[in-house]
Amino acid sequence: MTLRFDVLIVGAGPAGLAAAQAAASHGARVGLLDAQARLGGQVWRHDVRHPAPGAARDAINALKQVTFLGQHQVIAAEPQRLLVETPQGAEHLSYATLILATGARELLLPFPGWTLPGVTGAGGLQALVKQAWPIAGKRVVVAGTGPLLLAAAATLRKHGAHLLGIVEQAPQSAVHAFARQLLHWPARAVQAVGLRARLAGVPYRFGSIVRHAYGEQQLGAIEIEDAHGKQRLDCDHLALGYGLLPNTELAQLLGCALDYGTPEQASAHPHVIVDRLLRTSVADVYAAGEACGIGGLAAARIEGAIAGHAAAGAEAAASALLPRRAKERRFASLLAKHFALDPRLHQLATPQTIICRCEDVTLSALDGFTDARAAKLATRCGMGACQGRICGSALAELGRFPRSGSRPPLFPARLSSLVQATPSLSDEISRSST
Amino acid sequence: MSVLYVNGQRVEVPAGASVAAAIAQVTADFRRSVSGESRAPLCGMGICFECRVSIDGVAHRRSCMTPAEDGMQVQTDSGRLDRHAP
Repeated sequence: MTLRFDVLIVGAGPAGLAAAQAAASHGARVGLLDAQARLGGQVWRHDVRHPAPGAARDAINALKQVTFLGQHQVIAAEPQRLLVETPQGAEHLSYATLILATGARELLLPFPGWTLPGVTGAGGLQALVKQAWPIAGKRVVVAGTGPLLLAAAATLRKHGAHLLGIVEQAPQSAVHAFARQLLHWPARAVQAVGLRARLAGVPYRFGSIVRHAYGEQQLGAIEIEDAHGKQRLDCDHLALGYGLLPNTELAQLLGCALDYGTPEQASAHPHVIVDRLLRTSVADVYAAGEACGIGGLAAARIEGAIAGHAAAGAEAAASALLPRRAKERRFASLLAKHFALDPRLHQLATPQTIICRCEDVTLSALDGFTDARAAKLATRCGMGACQGRICGSALAELGRFPRSGSRPPLFPARLSSLVQATPSLSDEISRSST
Repeated sequence: MSVLYVNGQRVEVPAGASVAAAIAQVTADFRRSVSGESRAPLCGMGICFECRVSIDGVAHRRSCMTPAEDGMQVQTDSGRLDRHAP
């Protein structure tokens, strides 16, 4: 079966929602798909116990004349159409224009003990808890970097977690310099003050990193290091967030040009290159939000609207939003500057630390390899179910080698789904599996 | 409220909960790695595949991405191993 859309949007987070609303306002037939079951993406993920923020409710309620396709996972791309897998089967979605609003994921860095149950991403644990993961009364440490740690911690506390502390790797001077900059961004300053109030009484440590997680079958304790030395702390959960990186796999598969970092801020992780109207290098394909480089919620919403208008042919409406985009992007570079990662974090993994969690490949097994493909063929690193999304990004961050290109299927898929691919695509899939 | 079964054990979760949340009520051991380590959700967003389990006989389903539904039969690797233990 093939559904046809004028504008098809991949990702139903803030950027995708804004894009859908903007495109539909011009009468376009709009499809909005997401691998998750509900609208909202990660930052506006549905919370089973607490109401959504007003902005999220408004964005979702504003959707009119948009076909939402939940639990739709893109597994392959052909000219002007995508092959998607659903719990029921597979189908083709064809489009005149495509908007990639694929968002970001957390950067997860390997260190001794990181494979223990109980060690999660910070946004990861927040997401799990919003969907009823039992956290009440559990001892939780939130660690990593940036204001997202506070947002995650606030959600965890609201659900009854016993927060032992927030462990920020950036030095106090950097965090205070960032806080002073917030004076130029009043809405964000109010948000920050609100978050701190909700976290009253929770220790907030700076210049501190988690070096080690301990436990037999699951997490039991961690080791924290700061300027004064090392300290062991018993806990049930460690929620770690070292920042975000763009999800660019689909863009790459489509052939969109990618770049690394900006002139001001280097990055080991690629983002999609777009022009002022958010057109990628591939005709009829747009990108918006975190996929174009980490810019945060406000930038994602504006870029979604720009891409939605532009994809529906309403260039004037898109152009009118460009000054707001530039302003929000400036805030993102501020974040990147003040919360740059401490080089010690790149040295935490020991030779015995597992890097590739799918295939249990240790760091020492990867010594001597200078590209991802050679390492994969020799050690199976990156060959498992996550397709190198975790280990490949970690190895790029650690300066070992960049991730290899993306090939179909984009996610592990059922054989019955793959047989629906066209002959040329089937050939490519069978080639990439060898 | 949904009622489902994790390794044969009855579990209640609120409406809108994930299968991962239901499993967490029973065990922290979602899957066994290729070298036999216990693993549990890492990313919480469908990226890492550490939360994969068997749901209604279909293997390798990401429990963090799957809404819990009444009557689901969920099987973790540890549940399977225990059942075959002497």
